[in-house]
Amino acid sequence: MNWHEKSLTELSQALSAKKISSVELTHYFLDRIEKFKGLNAYLDVQEDFSLRDAIVADQKIARGEAGLLTGIPIAHKDVFVTKDWKSTAASKMLENYLSPYDARVVELLGTNGAGMVCLGKTNMDEFAMGSSNENSAYGPALNPWNTSYVSGGSSGGSAVAVAAGLTPIAIGTDTGGSIRQPAAFCGITGIKPTYGSVSRYGMIAYASSLDQAGPMGKSAKDCALILNAISGYDPRDSTSLRKDAIDYQGLLGKPWSTTGSLPLQGLRIGVPEEYFAKGLQAEIRDAVKEALKKFEELGATCISVSLPKTKLSIPVYYVLAPAEASSNLSRYDGVRYGHRAKEYKDLNQMYERSRSEGFGAEVKRRILIGTYVLSQGYYDAYYLQAQKIRRIIAEDFQTSFTQCDVLMGPVAPQVAWKIGEKSKDPVEMYLEDIYTLSPNLAGLPAMSIPCGMSQQGLPIGLQIIGNYFSEAKMLQIADQFQQNSSWHQLAPSSAGVQI
Amino acid sequence: MTRSNWEVVIGLETHAQLKTNSKIFSGASIAFGADPNIQACPVDLALPGTLPVLNQEAVNHAIRFGLAIGSKIAPVSVFARKNYFYPDLPKGYQISQFELPVVIGGKIAIEVDGVKKEIQLTRAHLEEDAGKSLHDDFVGLHGEKSSGIDLNRAGTPLLEIVTDPVMRSAAEAVAYAKELHSLVMWIGICDGNMQEGSFRCDANVSVRPIGQQEFGTRCEIKNLNSFKFLEEAIQYEVQRQIELIEDGGVVKQETRLYDPDRQETRSMRSKEDAQDYRYFPDPDLLPLQITQDMIATIQSSMPALPSTLRNAWQTSYGLSDYDASLLIQSKSTADYFIELLTLIKEDLVKPAVNLMSGDLASALNRDGLDATESPLRPTHLAQILLRIQDGTISNKIAKDIFATLWERGASVALADQGVVDALIEEKGLKQISDVGAIEKIIDQVLLDNPKSVEEYKSGKEKAFNSLVGQIMKASKGKANPSQVNQVLKEKLSH
Repeated sequence: MNWHEKSLTELSQALSAKKISSVELTHYFLDRIEKFKGLNAYLDVQEDFSLRDAIVADQKIARGEAGLLTGIPIAHKDVFVTKDWKSTAASKMLENYLSPYDARVVELLGTNGAGMVCLGKTNMDEFAMGSSNENSAYGPALNPWNTSYVSGGSSGGSAVAVAAGLTPIAIGTDTGGSIRQPAAFCGITGIKPTYGSVSRYGMIAYASSLDQAGPMGKSAKDCALILNAISGYDPRDSTSLRKDAIDYQGLLGKPWSTTGSLPLQGLRIGVPEEYFAKGLQAEIRDAVKEALKKFEELGATCISVSLPKTKLSIPVYYVLAPAEASSNLSRYDGVRYGHRAKEYKDLNQMYERSRSEGFGAEVKRRILIGTYVLSQGYYDAYYLQAQKIRRIIAEDFQTSFTQCDVLMGPVAPQVAWKIGEKSKDPVEMYLEDIYTLSPNLAGLPAMSIPCGMSQQGLPIGLQIIGNYFSEAKMLQIADQFQQNSSWHQLAPSSAGVQI
Repeated sequence: MTRSNWEVVIGLETHAQLKTNSKIFSGASIAFGADPNIQACPVDLALPGTLPVLNQEAVNHAIRFGLAIGSKIAPVSVFARKNYFYPDLPKGYQISQFELPVVIGGKIAIEVDGVKKEIQLTRAHLEEDAGKSLHDDFVGLHGEKSSGIDLNRAGTPLLEIVTDPVMRSAAEAVAYAKELHSLVMWIGICDGNMQEGSFRCDANVSVRPIGQQEFGTRCEIKNLNSFKFLEEAIQYEVQRQIELIEDGGVVKQETRLYDPDRQETRSMRSKEDAQDYRYFPDPDLLPLQITQDMIATIQSSMPALPSTLRNAWQTSYGLSDYDASLLIQSKSTADYFIELLTLIKEDLVKPAVNLMSGDLASALNRDGLDATESPLRPTHLAQILLRIQDGTISNKIAKDIFATLWERGASVALADQGVVDALIEEKGLKQISDVGAIEKIIDQVLLDNPKSVEEYKSGKEKAFNSLVGQIMKASKGKANPSQVNQVLKEKLSH
């Protein structure tokens, strides 16, 4: 049986019908992880711990205490701290680091929560800084559609693991597109919820005001199931929202309005003109337009809208995120844990050498940028100015949401590029984030669903941006699309690529 | 030295450790004296993934302070990160408040040599303390001599209270610091323990020629943890700056440390070495919002302030400045007096104050106790005062009763209302006011002391006092003194 092609609901049914045990399912995926370890999707796999969780899950199933997710395997981006798996954030700085506690998300999904089985920790760009996974200190996760190409980043390992069938579902984090862009590059579905929906406790911080966790899976439906399990108020995260629980599955399969004959009748899709400006690959433009046409067939109306500050999102993001990062990463000083240089004369040299050796080039670059923009004499011109534009960007979105229900456009201007192709020019790489940064700056939910393939056989993603707390609607819309298309069902092996 | 030509300018920054159960951003305990790093949780250690959560009690304390000194309580204030590297600063930044503090303005009244003055405060803000670096006597894991870090103190809540540069002498600075010290203890936000570092001052000191408008260059003297050191350090620093300028030198802006052994300040770092702290709002914490409702709730739980009590008591009972000051020297003394006031009538207030400033104060002082720890509760004092008033016991017997009850200690505190009467009964200390009984004693004394009688009759007034003494002694102090006087005079006039 090809268990890696099954949806979460199918796996859940198979488990409760005793067609397979959680232990068997865990073995199945651990075997695949081993078989495809060349993809470098995982940074740490601990068979014993996974099987331990699977045994507990099987006991729950046997006692009839299983929930919907009990016994289903999952993988966590290595940005979440875990007691049993190393938590490195793909940095040499935290090589072999073991956390004394589990991140809130890990706790919610694990044995004492939803009962899922952790398969291990997935590769990423170091400290979540990057758009290609090439910044991992442990080498990039490879795109399963073509292993000479990047997986996207920073949650590249999670995207690869899902796309290659090395886990049924994975958790990623998104600071400026880190769930959506690798999801698009690897042909899977990923959603970054409204900022504050999912606890950041135990997420190794990159840029605190932008970081948000979310699921990466084979379909909108699978993502909805996981989002239900991980979102909610956490008193240990002061930025987590006190809100009534949203049922992210609540609208799945339902029509947009009760009056229309078509499932999405009445849905107004805003199409930001700036998202189709110069720099967008023609085949992506075509694929996205094709998807929009599909939505129209399903009853939706497309409206042209404007997000005039889209271009500014790049400088704003690359001021604010590094500013926060420069401070967030100060704790890695070699004093209490993490990498410490072997030789040093004094305290300052200990700091300098430990940090110089422990951090990779991109992390250092962002620490330097962040330190610079927060410095006396530059703070007003850079940091404060960026904060002002950030507010304007958020207002622009609110203006557009007076005309439409959701926004749709491309996730990235290009499909996955060849490994090494852009790593020499950081700015060129930063420009790839143009469509994904503004939802983070505004705190809005945004998702990526597969909507086509390039001529080279690389996946293309469609981005859906919603207003605050509209995830259930976004998932409803994405699910309607997936019910009426098959892009999300394509898998690297079925596309004829040998991995 | 021409000190009289110079004006001294002082501003103080005081760090008051807030009396909370746990740290300002974590649930770890802040109790003093635990083994190193025992009271440091993952948040305090700045482990990856940890986040700060604000302790509301620390905020409440800041509000209490603001209310006590008439400040503006900011409806919105912001926590900021102060970034610098130091081994005892686990996150590589301190969470503090920078541009928008929680408490703005306010005044504290002081008095130096009978001159009253109001010290204007700039602000007070919440922040976390750092850990401690251990250099001396620290032994590493393998027995080697080493430096260590104790993070028990890391994250301890502090209120940094900043004055305008309005003090003009070391004496004013000390008076302000003492006033502030007693205030923060009074309102229950700080234990005031200076030895443990719960209350420490940084003094910004500069001098300028009298009449000059602009300030001179200031030096900051860090971490003064006693009033004595504060005074000595400022005096030394003022002297140093004046001498330096008069010798043609220039004061450099710098941070200095006071060495109490050598009674001098020493340069720690100059302004050129000053770091750029790269303050920015902490994205892990939302802006701190304080509503009028929160302020009103705290206002209603605020104790009456010493100045309010002083005015009220002086107006109602005509207490002297001295007596009033004594009663408000600490909150516990004031509370004791307030309770006593509820138990007695107005005509007993003055004797009550005398009893508190006399027997009670000296006993507390002798045993090193606080008024709350006194074995004699206000109810006991009230009983003693009533029995003096109704003539049951004399003032002298009252002192014995007080002493006996004090010695019996804690058991007395638990005893019922009648404990004073019971003791009077038990020891037979009831005053003898029966004329017949007094006459009997006097007759015996006169019989035994014919010489004194002679002397009195021959005009020696002193002999009368000697006879009274003998009578009181014979009655074991129980005879009513005024009756003794009266009866004796009558008998001697025959």
